[in-house]
Amino acid sequence: MIDLLIHLVLIILIPPLLPGVINRTKAAFAGRTGAPLLQPYYDLYRLLRKGTVFSRTTTWVFRAGPIVTLAATLAAALFIPLGNHAPPLSFNGDMILFVYLLALGRFFTTVAALDTGSSFEGMGAAREVTFSCLAEPVVLITLLVLSRLSGSLSLAGILTHSSTTLWLASGASLILLVAGLFMVLLAENCRIPFDDPTTHLELTMIHEVLVLDHSGPAFGMITYGAALKLSILSALFLHVALPLRNADPYLDWLVFVISMILLAVAIGVVESCMARLRMTRVPQMLLAACVMAAFAMILVVR
Amino acid sequence: MSSFADQLLVLVLLINILILGTHRARVAIRAIALQGVVLGMMPLLIHPVQGHILLITLFVVLAKGVCIPWLLFGALSKIEFSEDLPPFLGYAGNVIAGAVATVMAFAFAARLPLAPHHQELLTVPAALATILAGFIALASRRKAINQVIGYLMLENGIFIFGLLLTEAMPLMVEAGALLDLIAGIFVMGIIINQIGREFSSIDTSRMTALREEE
Repeated sequence: MIDLLIHLVLIILIPPLLPGVINRTKAAFAGRTGAPLLQPYYDLYRLLRKGTVFSRTTTWVFRAGPIVTLAATLAAALFIPLGNHAPPLSFNGDMILFVYLLALGRFFTTVAALDTGSSFEGMGAAREVTFSCLAEPVVLITLLVLSRLSGSLSLAGILTHSSTTLWLASGASLILLVAGLFMVLLAENCRIPFDDPTTHLELTMIHEVLVLDHSGPAFGMITYGAALKLSILSALFLHVALPLRNADPYLDWLVFVISMILLAVAIGVVESCMARLRMTRVPQMLLAACVMAAFAMILVVR
Repeated sequence: MSSFADQLLVLVLLINILILGTHRARVAIRAIALQGVVLGMMPLLIHPVQGHILLITLFVVLAKGVCIPWLLFGALSKIEFSEDLPPFLGYAGNVIAGAVATVMAFAFAARLPLAPHHQELLTVPAALATILAGFIALASRRKAINQVIGYLMLENGIFIFGLLLTEAMPLMVEAGALLDLIAGIFVMGIIINQIGREFSSIDTSRMTALREEE
């Protein structure tokens, strides 16, 4: 019961912290002081107090977009185990539902963008869908490989199975999975080198251009949903990459929070050290992630 | 064979894909040098340390890690211009072809009547996959320098096969093969320069045209 409460509190409170940590890391690399760590929380509070403007050309789809996206992402968050504790919901085959919940959220974001009729947003929608076509197989293949290794069909069983002994036994395929997942983590959450979250030119945006027309609380929901997605995929990544666990449940929660923050710092370091890829190179990078995941599958299945 | 050697072979397979997919000759040269060094260290990992295995390791690492990359970088710096010539299949097509070849190599190796203690190893599928990737690079790349790198990849694949036999392979055979390789790269370096000077382009597919300008 207490674990369930901690899970809910963490998954609701932690997400905005990660972009804060990433921005702080980037600022430190650039020699700036940077915004306060809690700035994303202040931003959310500010956005929630504002009014919303809806264009007269949009329909209910535009209004439903942010709500459905946030709801789908929150539902997906209930299936991910955090820090070696059982998730609130779990059944055999829930990994497929998890991937499709994320896809449903993406679908409504892109449909809402198309609903505005803006040419920029249509372009962003096309890019978003094209790149996610290549990013989704990586997640699915990863889950397949892990399910084969663990002999379980639910996310809880798959993700809590990875351990140091498993790493020693089949390290090569796990390294491939971790590398592929990290690339997807960066691509799905619009980080450099796939997409620059701070770019100011609509022509070069991918995720940001989809939400240009949203304002006020709706935009707050979108920002919060993006941060939530970042933390869900980070938790997924950490389960594979860092199988740290002890007997003490409270220590596990602490380790989980610390490793999430460290991962955010790592993302910030990657963002500071790399330049953005040319748009035509992005599918090639994602294809490389697919190939790595497929190699991992060959190694495990053969 | 230790599982560490198997994991190094996975690295070798990844380098194949990197070479097939990269559009920079410098990255490809560095990658093929790394592949050569990784493969050069392998005999030490799978066989008990002996004098002639140490010598083979030393020669292979020196030749593939230092000598050949040096010759290739030399050839590259003499070509003044460097145009971006996508391969015949395109970069993404190359990567997909390499991945399909790897899958086929694994499927084929599983059906081969191998010695029982070789059955579980990655060596045979990795060798086949590297040879096929080398063929793909040789056939689809248009710059002579990338074709040389494909040829090196092919040779690396044959070397992986040879790993199963290192104990039986005399030192002189291995040394002779390496010498041939270096002589081959040397000649190819000269040819690359000649192509660059004569045709004002390093696109080898243009060499079939009778006239210089079309």
